[in-house]
Amino acid sequence: MTALLEAAGLTKFFGAVRAAEELSVRVDEGEMVGIVGSNGSGKTTFLNLATGYLAPDRGRILLAGRDTAGLSPRLITRLGVARSFQIPQLYLGLTVLENMLLSLAARSGRGGVWAPLYRAPWTDEGRQILERFGLEAYASRSVGELPEGGRKLLDIALAIALRPRLLLMDEPTAGVSTEDKFEVMDTLVGVLRQGRITTIFVEHDMDVVHRYSRRVLVFDQGLVIADGEPVTVLADADVRKAVLGHA
Amino acid sequence: MRLLTVIALDGLAYASWLFLVSAGLTFTYGVLRVLNLAHGNLYALGAYLGAFLVLRYAATGSAVILGYGLLLLAALVVGIIAGPLIERVFLRRVYSREEEVQLLLTFSISLILEDVVKLTWGVTPMFAEMPYTYLGRVRLGGVNYAWYPFLLTGIALAMGGLLWLTVTRTRLGKVLISVITDREISSTLGINVPRVYTLAFTLGAVLAAIGGAFTAPMFSLVPGVGADVLVISFAVIAIGGLGSIGGAALGSIVVGLARSAAVYLAPELDLFAIYFIMALVLLFRPQGFFGEIEVRRI
Amino acid sequence: MGPRPRPSPLLPLGALVLFLLAPLVLSGWIVFLLTVAWAKALAVLGVVLLLRGGLLTFGHALYYAAGAYAAGMAVKYLHVREGLALLGLALLAGVGTSALLGLLVARYRGVYFALLNLAFSMVLYGVLLKFYAITGGTDGLGLPAPPLAGLRPVAQSLRLALYDLTLVLAALLIYAAHRFSASPVGYTLRAIRDNEVRVEYMGASVWRTIYVSYVIAGGLASVAGALIGLSVGHITPDLSFWSQSGEFVFVAILGGTGSVLAPVVGSIVFEFVRNYAFELSPYTWQMTLGIVLLVIIFFLPGGLWSLSALARRLPRRGAPPPFRTSPRDGAGAAGARTADQAREPRGGR
Ligand SMILES: Nc1ncnc2c1ncn2[C@@H]1O[C@H](COP(=O)(O)OP(=O)(O)O)[C@@H](O)[C@H]1O
Ligand SMILES: [Mg+2]
Repeated sequence: MTALLEAAGLTKFFGAVRAAEELSVRVDEGEMVGIVGSNGSGKTTFLNLATGYLAPDRGRILLAGRDTAGLSPRLITRLGVARSFQIPQLYLGLTVLENMLLSLAARSGRGGVWAPLYRAPWTDEGRQILERFGLEAYASRSVGELPEGGRKLLDIALAIALRPRLLLMDEPTAGVSTEDKFEVMDTLVGVLRQGRITTIFVEHDMDVVHRYSRRVLVFDQGLVIADGEPVTVLADADVRKAVLGHA
Repeated sequence: MRLLTVIALDGLAYASWLFLVSAGLTFTYGVLRVLNLAHGNLYALGAYLGAFLVLRYAATGSAVILGYGLLLLAALVVGIIAGPLIERVFLRRVYSREEEVQLLLTFSISLILEDVVKLTWGVTPMFAEMPYTYLGRVRLGGVNYAWYPFLLTGIALAMGGLLWLTVTRTRLGKVLISVITDREISSTLGINVPRVYTLAFTLGAVLAAIGGAFTAPMFSLVPGVGADVLVISFAVIAIGGLGSIGGAALGSIVVGLARSAAVYLAPELDLFAIYFIMALVLLFRPQGFFGEIEVRRI
Repeated sequence: MGPRPRPSPLLPLGALVLFLLAPLVLSGWIVFLLTVAWAKALAVLGVVLLLRGGLLTFGHALYYAAGAYAAGMAVKYLHVREGLALLGLALLAGVGTSALLGLLVARYRGVYFALLNLAFSMVLYGVLLKFYAITGGTDGLGLPAPPLAGLRPVAQSLRLALYDLTLVLAALLIYAAHRFSASPVGYTLRAIRDNEVRVEYMGASVWRTIYVSYVIAGGLASVAGALIGLSVGHITPDLSFWSQSGEFVFVAILGGTGSVLAPVVGSIVFEFVRNYAFELSPYTWQMTLGIVLLVIIFFLPGGLWSLSALARRLPRRGAPPPFRTSPRDGAGAAGARTADQAREPRGGR
């Protein structure tokens, strides 16, 4: 079976900084893979490379067997890869619902300059998705009025609304208080399971990784230093040292 | 052969002029990240004040040689008054706003200065050619050529050299580079960023005014030169890369020679030479020769 | 249909009827001024559409002049007389030119976008001046009174016919712009202003959105140019000069970008004020514009239109329920920080 995502020998340097070196990762359909690593270990860079935002110095990426070299984030998105961001990337001048409608419009591929963005199938679906994420009360408010946690969720909801085959989430629970983390993850995982969306997510909290993924990649200074089941991988002293700074 | 000499000489003169007018625009943009749409008006102010002083002075019948000093004086006066005034009173208030707003602001100032010139010096053409004729002419490769354009080249070289030395060899240069690289970090390092901005903007204004003042003896002045100067300087720095002094130099030489070649070989195309080159460069290298594409971190 | 507060169509339609009836009580000169204001409002509308995408152009007069000269040359060389045909040709010229230049310009933002447009408009200005034999140089071209839809109005009623034509055409195009603004592409344009990266990550094309908007804006300006040409009866290269582009930007900011109707408000106010102020002191006209622009930038960023919005602001709805995952401490401050970070940097390209 061909992997959904296969990265081979991915290398990226920013000047002297090694953000990725010889990364080889394979993710199969249906997996839910966690990525851990200290700040600056190259986690976001990996997502940027996988989605075509950055071009690798070397190496290649295959999406369901197809080489994505030279494709822009837009084209890779259209191949079924969606992404959420460490810092939410939203349209601050528009309402929460409008952000969502733009995602739905983009998914349909029917832009158009005459029929309105507010059309029944989209507004219905948009509200449904917002409801799933507990954002419906904010639907007609400007994104600027949304609290930080809400922005984070909206950012993820916009990606999920694209109905991707593969979803990459950059620190979905960053900025969410510890006691709410599991609730947020439960919601997300529920939606992802239902949509059978293969997921890779960057996460700092070991407990979250333990609970939601059956496989974890450990990044350290641009290298993948471990890849396996969370229980075994996160018990490893070297890994703990790289990720937490202590054994 | 004669034709080639003329093209080269004219090209050199035009390139020098282009560098003088565009260096300040690109320098200001490099430091402040604001394109000063009033740049051409500062040029015009320098030109008018320079011509005005030279004509006044000539009327006294004194030695022409001091006229060059008056041109420089005019440029300094314009730059040192208008620069800090514009930066401190207006620009400072919009650094945190959208780029459109910053452009609109410098556009407003450009409109105001446009009329300042008309109100002060009227609309009848003004021409102070004494500094030009005084230097006389020279025979070069069978061509009878005026000396004055070489003075312009000299000034352009001096300005370029000074800028280069300032940026690479002085403490101020280090401060500038630090501010350009990262505003926030610079100010936590104890650099007075607002002062650096005022200084950089003033320097840009002085450069614009020098360009104007020393061009005044070559052409008769009419209102409305500001816009042309702005557009041409922008073309030059877009070719070279916004914010790059070296780019402005390269852009000036390329455009200067191309324009002068067009004037002699295909006069009906002379107007398009600049824009044609600009469009060509931008088509293949959108950020210009020495410009960099910034990738936003996400 | 989504429950979305929509502006009632009654007010604009009522206003249109009033404008159509206005010549019954207004002098010919004022009707002429109104014709000019409505026509130019179309060019301003193009500038406003682009501004909504964060794109400021200082060269929009390029398409204004392209439209006017397309009409003028069609009269002179193709011997077209019919006014509606001239308008169609002008639109074609404006769309064609903007479709061509847009290929280059739509890659750029910020200062590049503003100044590339300025540069191209000044090239056209130079061409119009220089190729005297074809364009008439500084003398420009004359546009004799056109028959409209085959009818040949007499001099008296021509002015009225042109006024009505301008009004109806402008109303139709403004409605089209309204539809565009509410469409997915129109919203995407606004989204681009906020966050281009996200637009691409949704799978929508930033370039195509800007390109389409640019061509629409060019088309609007070219119709405006032809209408002006027909009303004034004479066109000159000044139509493409930078100060004309600057005027469009000025009026756009004066009216505000909050509504497709704002350009009309801005344009009418502008034409009337200029008509009187310019007479008073021609040497301080630009200075006045500059000062007014400064005042708007600092004190009325939404333009005149925002005044009307203030007047009929709806009572605020109740506060939303507290958000369940919001951090306990300082949500506001954290939110503000994110807002800054999420903004597109506008330097560079
Ligand atoms: N666009 C960029 N330009 C320069 N350096 C970068 C850029 N993006 C990331 N880096 C550097 O690459 C390294 C990895 O960064 P990143 O992938 O963001 O780490 P993580 O997401 O694991 O915290 C860091 O040292 C960071 O400073
Ligand atoms: Mg990261």
